Amino acid sequence: MESPFATAFRLIAAGDAALMQIIGLSLSVTLSAVLIACLLGLPLGAGLALARFPGRSGVIVLFNAFMGLPPVVAGLAVYLLLSRAGPLGDWALLFTPTAMVIAQTVLILPIVVSLTRSVVEDLWAEYREQLRSLGASRLRAMPTLLWDGRASLLTGVLAGFGRASAEVGAVLIVGGNIAGHTRTMTTTITLETNRGNLGLAVALGIVLMALTLTLNAVAWGAGQWSREKLG
Amino acid sequence: MSCYHRSALFGLASGLALLTAVPAAAQNFITVASTTSTENSGLFDHILPIFTDETGIEVRVVSQGTGQALETGRRGDADVVFVHARAQEDEFVADGYGVQRFDVMYNDFVIVGPDDDPADAGAADDAAAAMAAIADSGASFASRGDDSGTHVAEMNLWSAAGIEPEGDWYLSTGSGMGATLNTAAQAPAYALADRGTWLSFQNRGPLEIVFEGDSVLFNPYGIILVDPERHPYVKADEGQAFIDWIVSDAGQAAIASYTVGGEQLFFPAHD
Repeated sequence: MESPFATAFRLIAAGDAALMQIIGLSLSVTLSAVLIACLLGLPLGAGLALARFPGRSGVIVLFNAFMGLPPVVAGLAVYLLLSRAGPLGDWALLFTPTAMVIAQTVLILPIVVSLTRSVVEDLWAEYREQLRSLGASRLRAMPTLLWDGRASLLTGVLAGFGRASAEVGAVLIVGGNIAGHTRTMTTTITLETNRGNLGLAVALGIVLMALTLTLNAVAWGAGQWSREKLG
Repeated sequence: MSCYHRSALFGLASGLALLTAVPAAAQNFITVASTTSTENSGLFDHILPIFTDETGIEVRVVSQGTGQALETGRRGDADVVFVHARAQEDEFVADGYGVQRFDVMYNDFVIVGPDDDPADAGAADDAAAAMAAIADSGASFASRGDDSGTHVAEMNLWSAAGIEPEGDWYLSTGSGMGATLNTAAQAPAYALADRGTWLSFQNRGPLEIVFEGDSVLFNPYGIILVDPERHPYVKADEGQAFIDWIVSDAGQAAIASYTVGGEQLFFPAHD
């Protein structure tokens, strides 16, 4: 029997259209979720680090706890929200890639918010006097602190990407694993395992790991480059 | 600061680019809630392209256990349900969630187990006696445990045998047909499987069919349009077109022509 590594290599080399579509969908769903989570999470996390308001500790603990939200629970919540019988049923989003982006955003957002808050809080403690002497308010200091902490923040964003690209529970429930429409790498691996095609399932797992490795290498390289060029 | 703004704008732009890269929804499609056993058997990959070629209607299949598939229909999240648990299907129609049930095809259940058959289930006179032999022998049994059509059929067999399945020997996997067979192959354990999934299943390990052929193991599949009067956005015309096709000569021939390793998996209901 062909080894899983040989199968993985053959699948990629052949450029199988169905596989490419699955890889493309997995990446676009997860990267969209990462970007949306960053757009919301970076300002939210920085704000949480710098602002002082009653109940702040509670909000921080809540975001920390939601980093451990089981994907299947996030999926179920989004499912009930988007189902025709649910409050947002009129949007007809269940079993679409958009629903998968929403579910994965719910999974990643707490990671981005919590990590951003922690990074910005530390930097603020370090540079508070300096920034104040320059006349920067807490609000004005936010972009500076985020930019300064970009290397640490990148690690958090990659952790978010890892969580989203690895999970199967949420996308399976809200996407429905529809062939050619909402079938991702992880749901295909689940399906092939259930079909008893363990070799193909492992091969797809190797492809997924190779993609994750490549993306992380690129991100790490970019981080190094920006550190050298921009100090 | 301007750096931050620029990168934020860039992030926004690439985010929008990625979102539009997600394939746009096809105009003409229906959503069918069906069962894992049908999906795992590979039947849909064989018959759906034929229907789509003829009509231009794309069929998006969400495969779940029969219980969950009917629930998806009840919530209005599918246009058509295509399942196998007769009593639950009739209830679905009687409760006003479905329009009418049509016979589509059938296959049968088989009892699979370790090839040395420690419970001697193969010697039983009928399926209930085979199940009783397994329970009495203390050998393991892997159950779907997921309210699927196969699980319902298994529970009917236990009650016919007068046995309440519980204890260390009874492994309730709570998962699909393939996952349950994977568990049974590992244990090793007996299991009830639909013949379609069994024939296309690759990871059999020591398992083989130990009992088959009793008429109570007959497994009919039905198809039902979700009632558009209850859920107005149900695509009644396209859904009915799919139902009409699958019970037509062309659809029935497509089902009959699906084979794995030379064996036919499903038999048309309208011969």
